[in-house]
Amino acid sequence: MDAHTASHAGREPAHPTPGLYLKVAVVLFILTAFEVLTFEAGRGGLGPALRPLFEPIVVLVLVVFSGAKFVLVAMFYMHLKQDPRLLANLFAFPLVIAAVIIAALIVLFRYWRMVGAL
Amino acid sequence: MSHAAAPPRPPPPPAEEHPTATGIDNRKLAIWALIGSECLFFASLISTYLVYKGKSLIGPLPHTESQCMLHGKLQTCEGVFEIPLVTFGTAVLLFSSFFVVLALYGAQRGNRKMLIGWLAGTVLSGMFFVGMQVYEFTHFYHKGMGYGTNLFSSTFFTLTGFHGSHVTVGVIWLATLLVLAVRGKIPAEKALNLELAALYWHFVDVVWIVIFPTVYLLR
Repeated sequence: MDAHTASHAGREPAHPTPGLYLKVAVVLFILTAFEVLTFEAGRGGLGPALRPLFEPIVVLVLVVFSGAKFVLVAMFYMHLKQDPRLLANLFAFPLVIAAVIIAALIVLFRYWRMVGAL
Repeated sequence: MSHAAAPPRPPPPPAEEHPTATGIDNRKLAIWALIGSECLFFASLISTYLVYKGKSLIGPLPHTESQCMLHGKLQTCEGVFEIPLVTFGTAVLLFSSFFVVLALYGAQRGNRKMLIGWLAGTVLSGMFFVGMQVYEFTHFYHKGMGYGTNLFSSTFFTLTGFHGSHVTVGVIWLATLLVLAVRGKIPAEKALNLELAALYWHFVDVVWIVIFPTVYLLR
């Protein structure tokens, strides 16, 4: 029985096991460690030789890793993978608007600075 | 004309048994709607932080040395952030999400020992995170960074302060549930009460997953 059918039957689908929760926690911890190591390498904290390699990719790595962590927590800990799709939509729709707000404000302020309005 | 006495009404069924058009408990739908609205709230704070990033005219600054006013004199200040401390706080907050799903797992199966143990771990982790933030804010203040010192300090304290207040609300909510659990008032059929608090807690966690690299690691 999929999540949609389960919701119409008025029952919650089964949530993951503690073993899967632990695996997710370990992955989250490793991704956070990589984020910090990339930051340190990018600013030369792990040696000057690594700095030119990591400096250009710091932002990309941070965006990808934090996005992966966000998805893992939402899917497995917030149970969006198992729960009815309506709940995922209720979360995803404001998230899209939030991303658009952030992007629009950054672009708008850059434009204002470019034309000298700020 | 006399009327026969009305038969006594049956007691209302527990809230969990109310049928809904969606098949989802109304309280769960409501907490997800709240979380959706909170996404927009934090998006506005994060975007404000980002558009003013690097626009401060005076220090202290997050990562680099700068000129700042300390004790009424213009001095050279170091970058204020302590990345190792905040990384540790981030790890504790991430693990608290793991603890609360285990507490929920125990609650749903009527395992009181598991529920109380992991829920206590979650509350302690949340308290540690709030304590870390209080220490950090106090440390910044002693380094000459008040709320209105510069654009960085205003946007930083607003964003992380609002997140910290959400964590505090979560800790109080979970601590209340812990007291109820100790008193045996969260049986398996009332596990949804913990699930709602856990959803809020995970949301606070995912917001920090975004704030940590955006504020502390982006230079």
